Amino acid sequence: MTLADLRTGECAVITQIDTNDQTVLRLMVLGMVEGVTVQQGKAALGGDPLEVHVSGCSLSIRCEQARRFSVKP
Amino acid sequence: MAGRQQTHIPISSITTLPKLAGTVALVGPPNSGKSTLFNQLTGLRQKTANYPGVTVEKKAGRLRADKVLLEAIDLPGIYSLSPDSIDEQITLDVLLGRRADTPRPDSLLAVLDVTRIQQGMYLLRQLLDLNIPLLVALTMTDAGQRRGLRIDCEALSERLGGVPIIPVVATTGENLEQLRIALGAIFDTVESKREHSWPALRDAAQAVLNKAENSKQIDLSEIERALVDQQSILATELQQQIGESAVRELILQRRKLFDSAPALAQEARYGHAWAGQQLQGLIDEHQGLSHIGHKIIAFIQQPVPAMLLFFVVMFLVFQAVFAWATPLMDGIDTAISSLGLWVQTLLPPGLINSLIVDGIIAGVGSVLIFLPQIMILFLFIIVLEDSGYLARSAFLMDRAMRALGMSGQSVIPLVASFACAVPAIMSTRVIATPRERLATILATPFITCSARLPIYALLIGAFVPATRYVGFSLQGMVLFGLYLLGIVGAGVTALIVNKLLSKGERSGFAMSLPDFRLPNFRTVTMQLLDRVRVFLRRAGRVIFAVTVIVWALAYFPRSEAIDTTGLSGVDIEELENQQAANQLENSFLGRAGKFVEPAFKPLGWDWKVSAAVIAGFPAREIMVAVLGTIYAVGDDADEHTLAQRLTETTWPDGRLVFNLPMVVGLLVFYALCLQCASTIAVMRRETNGWRWPIIAWVYMTGLGYFSALLIFQLFS
Ligand SMILES: Nc1nc2c(ncn2[C@@H]2O[C@H](COP(=O)(O)OP(=O)(O)O)[C@@H](O)[C@H]2O)c(=O)[nH]1
Repeated sequence: MTLADLRTGECAVITQIDTNDQTVLRLMVLGMVEGVTVQQGKAALGGDPLEVHVSGCSLSIRCEQARRFSVKP
Repeated sequence: MAGRQQTHIPISSITTLPKLAGTVALVGPPNSGKSTLFNQLTGLRQKTANYPGVTVEKKAGRLRADKVLLEAIDLPGIYSLSPDSIDEQITLDVLLGRRADTPRPDSLLAVLDVTRIQQGMYLLRQLLDLNIPLLVALTMTDAGQRRGLRIDCEALSERLGGVPIIPVVATTGENLEQLRIALGAIFDTVESKREHSWPALRDAAQAVLNKAENSKQIDLSEIERALVDQQSILATELQQQIGESAVRELILQRRKLFDSAPALAQEARYGHAWAGQQLQGLIDEHQGLSHIGHKIIAFIQQPVPAMLLFFVVMFLVFQAVFAWATPLMDGIDTAISSLGLWVQTLLPPGLINSLIVDGIIAGVGSVLIFLPQIMILFLFIIVLEDSGYLARSAFLMDRAMRALGMSGQSVIPLVASFACAVPAIMSTRVIATPRERLATILATPFITCSARLPIYALLIGAFVPATRYVGFSLQGMVLFGLYLLGIVGAGVTALIVNKLLSKGERSGFAMSLPDFRLPNFRTVTMQLLDRVRVFLRRAGRVIFAVTVIVWALAYFPRSEAIDTTGLSGVDIEELENQQAANQLENSFLGRAGKFVEPAFKPLGWDWKVSAAVIAGFPAREIMVAVLGTIYAVGDDADEHTLAQRLTETTWPDGRLVFNLPMVVGLLVFYALCLQCASTIAVMRRETNGWRWPIIAWVYMTGLGYFSALLIFQLFS
């Protein structure tokens, strides 16, 4: 299961990250690392990108990158 | 750009003559309240300049810290020491002492947002490892309190080896005095031993340094950054400095430390684990009070309400541009006309009189009148930005913008170009994908910038009736329509660029979304005043110079005065007006205008309009100034406003020059044409060559010309 599969309001823990993507690395710097609990927010118009809440901040993440984060509810 | 030099010291402190103790740099993530705090601490004792070679603003100023003064600089916001843009690169270079123009700061003031403390701690770890005396200002504590968030600053400070942590509210200045006291003692607390947060990284860097050739000139921190950010500018430069054996050691150590995983990912894991450990047990977060404000904010953050709100607000702004600004503009208008009349009676008629009244007052004045409207527009943009709405619309619009070949991040430059395309094009640097960035750069000049507003307002005010439909002014609606035209032009252009350029590169988009908040009065006012200053400076320099030149071209060569002896008063006036018109037609400007007139006659423009449009190519608002001067020189009745003069202009055969198809054509020409030398210059710099600015100029000018031609020919 990946971050892209979470429903609005659902929480999950990041278990694994495919780091072969420059944008994913930037998201990791912003706090999206393994072991962190994230909460899915509302998606933008058209369902992409997603708003993800992580340790007090909101991040904007495109589905393409969200699929690289494996999560466990 | 020349900076404003304001370094006077307040009277109160002159008596004690505090001495300059050193420099302090404000560092922190974007939106953490850095600029607000900087303004609070330095007051008006600040100057703005650019870092040489790049157009990134450098703000510096003196601040009073208890008993000493500190020279403070505000660095561009960063999330980490791995730079993603030119702005962030500058911050890194200054922090490592790698910029010749800015010495390495003696101390750091880390500005961290308490509501995003995890992100802040991530940066703080890297800053602490730089081994520069450091102080933390924890901002947004009011917002934190409202959320029910509390942090034990003392315990955290202790965990960090005694780094002072001062909670403040940057907007109100709460607890600022304590911050000043701590800043005054910033150089006294250096000696307390701080351990490196990542010993393995430091050891690896030390091993590399030991093998480096000129190890004296290299700081351990520089090698640490080079170890983590392999592809960075810093790493490349450093590898050329340290010599072959050290480079080999660098590669070896990097492999030992990170194995095959990306080093940046490893650092992110390590850094966030570290930050979590430091904060463990020190954060007390209970459910904050949920009041009606939060519910409203949560509602308008949703996609559909947010979009609707945007268009409603924009529509209202254009209503306001006419409704609110009119009384103010009338006031300025009256003041300028009476000034002109007064000067006219004061000076003897002749050269100087005409230069001042017809040239300078009429020319510069006709642009100054639009200051109130431009201020309303700027206010709107500043509020959008300051409330966090702009960042949120970048998120909301990402999908739609991608369909046009741009990115959500393009929204920020596009909205910024409602003010001016130049800073907008510079802010496209945040767009990581070159193709999306190019599409955005070519789209921005279509967006109606504030320099287009004077000509729109002049023509709409003169030719669109001030009637109302269901309470909305028709003039406001026409203006809104012209803005929409600009938006459509931008969208279509981006689409074309996207079709012409090959695809293939993957695009990324990751950003931190700030929460909505009520804009702060002080922040908004400061920014608004800044914009007004820029506008006035432009009017005072460029437009002033051009009006004087245009006036001279319109005034010379002089023809013979007509003998008026023996004629009645009415005849004299008639004759004088005719003479003024003849004079103008035979002036240098008149001859040049007549020369180009054939090219613009199919658009319905007479030589005066043609000349003004041509003069407007370096900067569009010049056109209004030139019209002001031309019509003032060619008209003896000085109590007429420019708008009145325009409505009365006729062709030699008596037909009105400004008929509806011509006016609409002229407006559309203005909406589409690229008449701005500064935009062309910044395009050249940002795209590294003349190719794109030339393409953009030909494309936009052609589009404007043929649209105006089509409209005039079809409808007249
Ligand atoms: N509530 C609150 N708002 C603040 C505080 N400090 C700054 N702000 C607001 O936060 C926004 C961003 O501040 P700014 O100084 O521009 O941040 P910068 O990007 O770090 O320079 C502005 O709207 C400020 O008015 C604070 O301590 N409390």
